[in-house]
Amino acid sequence: MSDTKNFLVGVYEDEDVLLDAIKTVRSGGVKIHEVYSPFPVHGIDDALGYKGSRLTIVAFLFGLLGTSLALTMQLGMMTVDWPMIIGGKDYAPFPSFIPVTFELTVLLASFGMVGTFMVISNLKPWGKAKLLDIRITDDKHIVAVDLGSNTINESAISKLLTDSGASEVNKKTL
Amino acid sequence: MTSESVIREPLVTGGKTVHDVTQDICSRVEQKPAKSWLLAMAVSLATLGVGTIAVAALLWEGIGMWGLNKTVGWAWDITNFVWWVGIGHAGTLISAILLLFRQRWRMSINRAAEAMTIFAVICAAMFPVLHMGRPWLGFYWALPLPNTFGSLWVNFNSPLLWDVFAISTYFSVSLVFWYIGLIPDFATIRDRATNKISAAIYGALSFGWDGAAKTWSRYETVALILAGLATPLVLSVHTIVSFDFATSVIPGWHTTIFPPYFVAGAIFSGFAMVLTLLLITRKVYKLEDYITIQHIELMNIVIIITGSIVGVAYITELFIAWYSGVEAEQYAFFNRALGPYWWAYASMMTCNVISPQLFWFKKIRTNLAATFVLSIVVNIGMWFERFVIIVTSLHRDFLPSSWAMFYPKWADVGVYVFTFGLFFTLFFAFAKFFPVINMAEVKSIIKSTGERK
Repeated sequence: MSDTKNFLVGVYEDEDVLLDAIKTVRSGGVKIHEVYSPFPVHGIDDALGYKGSRLTIVAFLFGLLGTSLALTMQLGMMTVDWPMIIGGKDYAPFPSFIPVTFELTVLLASFGMVGTFMVISNLKPWGKAKLLDIRITDDKHIVAVDLGSNTINESAISKLLTDSGASEVNKKTL
Repeated sequence: MTSESVIREPLVTGGKTVHDVTQDICSRVEQKPAKSWLLAMAVSLATLGVGTIAVAALLWEGIGMWGLNKTVGWAWDITNFVWWVGIGHAGTLISAILLLFRQRWRMSINRAAEAMTIFAVICAAMFPVLHMGRPWLGFYWALPLPNTFGSLWVNFNSPLLWDVFAISTYFSVSLVFWYIGLIPDFATIRDRATNKISAAIYGALSFGWDGAAKTWSRYETVALILAGLATPLVLSVHTIVSFDFATSVIPGWHTTIFPPYFVAGAIFSGFAMVLTLLLITRKVYKLEDYITIQHIELMNIVIIITGSIVGVAYITELFIAWYSGVEAEQYAFFNRALGPYWWAYASMMTCNVISPQLFWFKKIRTNLAATFVLSIVVNIGMWFERFVIIVTSLHRDFLPSSWAMFYPKWADVGVYVFTFGLFFTLFFAFAKFFPVINMAEVKSIIKSTGERK
C-alpha cells in the first residue's frame, strides 16, 4: 500500500474564489498537490507558482527538424541523386522548394509538440483518469492537498480550505 | 446584466450556468437519435450510396467516364476539388486566426466549423485521388518514394506536388488541433456515461484526461502555438492551390493576383458553409443561447469583407488584362465575360459580388432566413468562380481548330454527388456522437460574458 495517498479535497464553485483560495492556502504554509478544473482558469499558473511551459521550445526544435528534413530530402532527390533540368530550372531550384519546406516545418512542429504534450501529460488512448472528484469535468474546481507531504495537521488544513471558500471538504484516498 | 463592458452583448444568453453548458451539450450525445436526425442520416447515406455507383464505375472504366476532352482536360474534377478545399478554410481560420486575435465569439462555433473543415478536406482529396485513374499506384506518383516507374523521384518543381504536401499537412494539423480541443469534452461525457459501452468509448477517446491545472496550462500553450502554426498554414493552402493555375502559362490563369484572391474566396465560401450548417444545427439542437444572432451577424460581416475582396479581385483582373496590352490575356477575359460561358460568369458575379452586399443592411444580416439563403447562394457562386476560371480559360485553346465546349457526363455529376453524401454523412455523425460546442471553452467565458438572469 505504498502508492496510495491520502488527500484532502476542497471543492470550489467559482473560478475567482478558487484563485484567491489557492493564494490563501499557499500562504498558510500548505503544499497543494494539484488543482483540477473543468476549464482553463486564467492566472492559475501564477497562483500555483507554475513556470511557463517549455513546449514552445519543443515546437521550435521540431520545426527546425522539419525544415532540415525537407531541404535535405528535396536537395537529395532533385540535385544529388537524379539531377534533371525541368522547365529550364536549376538543378537546385530553391524557390520551388519553399512550399514543401514550409509545410513540413509546420507538420513536424505541430506533431512534435502535440506528441510531447501527450507524453509529458500522460495522455494516451488507453489512459485511465484517476479523479478525486468526478464533478471536475462538469462544473466544480478542486484543490487537492496531499496529507503525506504536509506537516500541518489535517484539521488545520481543512479549516483553511473551508475559510477560503470551499463549499465542501472531503477526504479521499487514491 | 453583467458583461465584460457596456457595449458588448453577452456571448451566451439565457442565464446559463457552467453545469447547464454540460447538460445542454452532453444530452444531445446521450439521448436516442431524434427522428429528424435519422431522416437526415438516411438521406445522406442514400446520396452516398448513389455516388458510390459513379465512383465504382469511374474506377472500373477509367476517367474517360468524365466529360473531359482534348481541349478541356480539367473541368468538374478540379472545380470540385478547389471548391471543397475552399470550404475547408473556415474552421481552422475560426479556431486559429480568431484565437490569436482573442475573439471570444469563436468559442461556440469553432468545434462544428473545424469538423466541417476536416470533412470538406476529405471530400476535396477525393478528386485528386480519383483523377489518377489507378489511385492504388498513386503512392508512387504523389509521394516521394523510390520507384521504378520511369523518373526516379517526384518533381518538386510541380505545384501539383506542393498541393499534395499542403493538403495533407493541412488535414493532419487541423485534425490534431480539433482532437486536442475534443479531449476535455470527451472526458466530460465519459464522467457522465451511464452505460458501459459509452463509458469505454468516450474513456478511450478522452485519453485519461484529468483536468489538472498543469495539464490545462500546457494545453493552453499547445493551443496557442498550434494556432500560430495553423494561421500561416491555412493561408498557405489556398495559395498553393492557386499556384496550380498561376504557375502555368495559360492566359487567364497566369496571374500574380491569384494567391490572395483565392484565399479571400476560400474564407468567403467557408464561412458561408459554416452558416448553412450551423443555422440547421442551431435550430435542430436548440442552441439559440450559444449561437446567438450576434455570432451570425459577425460571420456575415466576414462574408461582406471577403466577398468584397473577391469582387475587387474580379475587377482588377479585368483591368489588368486590358492594361497589360497582352492580346491573349485580353481575349481570355473578353471571352470569359461575353463568350459562350457568359452565363457562368454572370452567375459568379451575381452570387459572389452583388448578393453579399445585401449584408450591409443590418436587418438582412441579422435575419436567419435571409442568411441561410444567401449562404447557399455564395457557395453556388464560388462553384461557378472555379468553373469559370478553369473551363473558360481552357476551352478556347491557342489554335482555333481545337476550340471545344465542355459537357459533363453522368459520372461527373455522380462523383460530385458522392462527395456531398460523404460530407453530410460525416457531419451528421459528428453532430450526433461528438459534442457540437466546445464545452470547456464556453464554460471559461460563462462568468465574464454570460448573460445573468
